[in-house]
Amino acid sequence: MNSPRLNNFVNWILARFPLTKVWNEHLAEYYAPKNFNFWYFFGSLALLVLVNQFATGIMLTINYKPDADLAFDSVEFIMRDVDWGWLIRYMHSTGASAFFIVVYLHMFRGLLYGSFKKPRELVWIFGMLIYLCLMAEAFMGYLLPWGQMSYWGAQVIISLFSAIPIIGEDLSLWIRGDYVVADATLNRFFAFHVAAIPLVLVLLVFLHIVALHQVGSNNPDGIEIKENKGPDGIPLDGIPFHPYYTVKDIVGVSVFIFFFAVVLFYMPELEGYFLEHANFIPADPLQTPEHIAPLWYFTPFYAILRAVPDKFAGVIAMGGAIFVLFLLPWLDTVKVKSIRYRGGIYKKALFLFVISFLGLGYLGMQAPTPNATIAARVLTVIYFSFFLLMPIYTRWEKFKTVPKRLTSNDSLGSKIPLLKQTISDVTQDTVVTTKSGKTLHLKTPNPSGLRNASVDLAKKMKDSLD
Amino acid sequence: MKTLLTVIFSLFAFTCSASGKTELMHANIDLSDNTSLKRGAEHYVTYCLGCHSAKHIRYLRIAEDLELNQDVVLKDIAPVGASIYDSMLSAMDKHDSKIWFGTVPPDLSLIARSRGSDWLYTYLKSFYRDDSKPLGTNNALFKDVGMPNVLWKLQGEQVAHYTQNGDKKVISSLNLQRPGELNPNEFDRVVTDLVNFLEYVGEPAKLKRQQMGKYVLLFILIVGFIGYLLKKEYWKDIH
Repeated sequence: MNSPRLNNFVNWILARFPLTKVWNEHLAEYYAPKNFNFWYFFGSLALLVLVNQFATGIMLTINYKPDADLAFDSVEFIMRDVDWGWLIRYMHSTGASAFFIVVYLHMFRGLLYGSFKKPRELVWIFGMLIYLCLMAEAFMGYLLPWGQMSYWGAQVIISLFSAIPIIGEDLSLWIRGDYVVADATLNRFFAFHVAAIPLVLVLLVFLHIVALHQVGSNNPDGIEIKENKGPDGIPLDGIPFHPYYTVKDIVGVSVFIFFFAVVLFYMPELEGYFLEHANFIPADPLQTPEHIAPLWYFTPFYAILRAVPDKFAGVIAMGGAIFVLFLLPWLDTVKVKSIRYRGGIYKKALFLFVISFLGLGYLGMQAPTPNATIAARVLTVIYFSFFLLMPIYTRWEKFKTVPKRLTSNDSLGSKIPLLKQTISDVTQDTVVTTKSGKTLHLKTPNPSGLRNASVDLAKKMKDSLD
Repeated sequence: MKTLLTVIFSLFAFTCSASGKTELMHANIDLSDNTSLKRGAEHYVTYCLGCHSAKHIRYLRIAEDLELNQDVVLKDIAPVGASIYDSMLSAMDKHDSKIWFGTVPPDLSLIARSRGSDWLYTYLKSFYRDDSKPLGTNNALFKDVGMPNVLWKLQGEQVAHYTQNGDKKVISSLNLQRPGELNPNEFDRVVTDLVNFLEYVGEPAKLKRQQMGKYVLLFILIVGFIGYLLKKEYWKDIH
């Protein structure tokens, strides 16, 4: 390794490119809080899925044909006749859904620990722009297999633009390039899906990370570690991202790809949630499917759209549901960042918000019935109230004292004794003699222990909301 | 808070009311059963290929996946004159079929993926005699379908029994009125084989990916375990 030739080569590069500087600034000397928990895996996982989408996406374009007459068959060609084509296609389709799971959890982490608050407003804004790009990627990518749901989903969504007064009709015509979704639409969506938006996405991810590394990562305690620096100028509660978080992320990545592989190899359609059954029928412009539903990650917004009686107002509400997220840093002006030290009001509000988001997601998949519409309206109101009433209800919040330094995180290993204790509490030893005369020591459920444990659990859950 | 929660959950309860769908029978298929798949392919060519193509599968692929000799495939499965490199294409003219059945019979390459095997199994067993239809049969699962009961010779003839449900007459059961060439068990096997074959044609790589999955998962577990040990080692000084 120490050959003079290699040294010369390295020095030649370093004189021309700040390789060491970049490496140190973003990895080896980027000090991250040492108490990251479960929720902090999803940033690096999102990056992993992005790389997966790029790699598999490029491989798919090698055999895919963006032509209304050929597209559907070319996807089947990939599934059947291209070596390992099925694997590449499933990695891409599963990756699309995984991306949204990971990103939703990543965003929820922000809500839990106030990661969007000063000084990280720009990190949040860049993140939201990434989310918008992802939605565009997912929407346009879904047209490419040219199945029934691809076609009619695109038809429905593009027709939303026609609800805009005056320019609406012309605008939707301009987007489609035809009077209905057709070959022209497929071709331009292909261009956007594989070239234009990915470029923007890469740029935004770069900006997201640069902005984050300028201000430093937040943490589950919501304390700025830069306020407590040692004599060497290094935050006392910080550890270098590399190697500490790189090795930790290996574990997170392993767990993630385990679940990813379970879906990929055993249930790639995931009961129609990741690949809709009706999308295995080629697009037919003359036959509208009975029930058009977008994929699961769009359904909360789709439910909001349907909940509003007027089409144009619905479009506004749907757009507003996404736009309001951009305003979050200025809606929640409370100084305390982490939910650990925030008052019960915010915890309850967040809880209701999660219910409304999941509920809307469920309702967006179902065919609209009068009852479902009422439910969707109630949940839509809750969704918007969480954000828009934030400046009001956070005034009554009673905070806990925020510690000066990071609190330590319980490691998984330290929780094992507690688990053992709980198991012994809810079971009782029984001695059973079998017919052949052997005695067996069995653990059977202990009714009173179970009752106590569930009461404790309920109490804990209630306390965690106060 | 409590009242709000109650309201939300009751809202869910009343949106989830059951819808009146026909219950599907379970298709007891086995993708690893090559003899069943071969029988299914033979039945497909005999009873289905006249109208329905399965253009995404070639006879060669069938020979490879079912571990059959190419000559056997050409003799037992493929129609006379077909080449081993041919796709399973129907000879029927689209314009004719439109006149005969009112619609072009769909390609069945992916029918198992869009409908599901249980649906296909139930559908194939749900034909009954209906003299009001031009071809004399109707289907309890797919009302007024253009397709006649092509398996009638094997199955025999079923008639529908109705019950009154409000102001609507609903089919309560289908009973075999005239037995066919096969007894119900033998006929059941024919339908199962056919559905098994269609499931295979829908995704030829399915069996392979399922067999491969466990090795991939095992590998990930090993990597994860090593990663966990590595993490513990690196982090032992961080408190």
